[in-house]
Amino acid sequence: MVAKSIIPCLDVKDGQVVKGINFVGLKEVGDAVEMGRKYSLEGADELVYLDISASFEGRRTFVDLVGRIAACINIPFTVGGGISTYEDAARLLDNGADKISVNSAAIAHPELISQIARQYGSQFVVCAIDAKNIDGRWVATTHGGRNLSDKELYSWALEAQERGAGEILFTSMDHDGTKAGYPCEVYAKLCDSLRIPVIASGGAGTIEHIAEVLTKGKADAALAASIFHYGEIPIPVLKEALRKQDIPIR
Amino acid sequence: MIAIVDYKCGNLRSVENALERLSCPYILTADPARLKAADKVILPGVGSAKAAMDNLRAAGLCEVIRSLRQPVLGICVGLQVMCRDSEEGPTEGLGIFDAHVRRFEAAPDVKVPHMGWNSLGNLDGKLFKGMESGCFVYFVHSYYAGLCQDTVATCRHGNTLFSAALRYENFYGTQFHPEKSGDVGEQVLKNFWSI
Repeated sequence: MVAKSIIPCLDVKDGQVVKGINFVGLKEVGDAVEMGRKYSLEGADELVYLDISASFEGRRTFVDLVGRIAACINIPFTVGGGISTYEDAARLLDNGADKISVNSAAIAHPELISQIARQYGSQFVVCAIDAKNIDGRWVATTHGGRNLSDKELYSWALEAQERGAGEILFTSMDHDGTKAGYPCEVYAKLCDSLRIPVIASGGAGTIEHIAEVLTKGKADAALAASIFHYGEIPIPVLKEALRKQDIPIR
Repeated sequence: MIAIVDYKCGNLRSVENALERLSCPYILTADPARLKAADKVILPGVGSAKAAMDNLRAAGLCEVIRSLRQPVLGICVGLQVMCRDSEEGPTEGLGIFDAHVRRFEAAPDVKVPHMGWNSLGNLDGKLFKGMESGCFVYFVHSYYAGLCQDTVATCRHGNTLFSAALRYENFYGTQFHPEKSGDVGEQVLKNFWSI
């Protein structure tokens, strides 16, 4: 049986991890490779690195960083943030990324998913969807939730799957950052309608929230940032607690 | 020296990186003479079995690989093309392992591709020295080799028990990606290096 994956997410700006990370022994917030390695040793199943650089220079630094991560880390990792063309994706893959995630650009140009999947295979393409509930309808947003798109969550996820996405990473913008839990019924409906894995992101504040989204919410993986970065829920503690609930965990 | 077969079949970078982490010297080559001269050969593969077989044929490597006498390790689609045939295409394989490659059937709780960490059972032989059944490795695939007399590790996806690893004489294959399977995967590569 495939284990449910636990995925820390690291935000990177100009080559440095920007959110505070409370690792004992690391002097300062910063080195993305060291942090990835640390999480990997703690039992993270995969890693996600999101580039939040706004400058051309920052983006180039990120590409170099991806090469260093690939050289040092022995678990799969996804990179995303600002991938707007096939060439952006190709550059990251050539530098050793296992998967890339597309978001706003795929909403504007859905054929981006098809193009990347055709060349590199579905397993390379994660379609990230940031959606919010507007009068009972889950609407996909772009640019970190700032703009509403004309896509609806379920139909867009299905389209992404048909175009060749290998995974859906769904974040509810209504729950992200609240630490009040995930919208499990939305995840369950999404998982039931797709044949590709779904990663839950945004909203976890407790171990129980993560357990719920992996069982009631039927999600295949849970991604989180701050609860790991600030040491609120260490990965070994989380995984042990999930195992005790008979959730399949590596 | 390990020779990684460079037959334009996906990203070889992660295999190279893994060998570098283990300080195993390696070369990338499609040159029959260099493949024959290497201590070990790795046949990676990402993408479709048919495309991989077509590329091997175009490079004139099918007979070269069959004739190798040193340890050879096929990874993922590399394992699949070493089987008798594959539904993907369909295509004939190199016929080294006595297995057919079929597609997983998707079901409500069985996602295809089979992607993520899954546990190994029935471990047998040198490739798994120092490892125990129940250890987890990383898989990404939609097609699988069925169980056969060459099976040396098994894995379950839904109701399907399939070959996670195969061995026939000097030929080995892993359906999982040792280069992405953390410390367990590194152990498999170290074991292969020391066969």
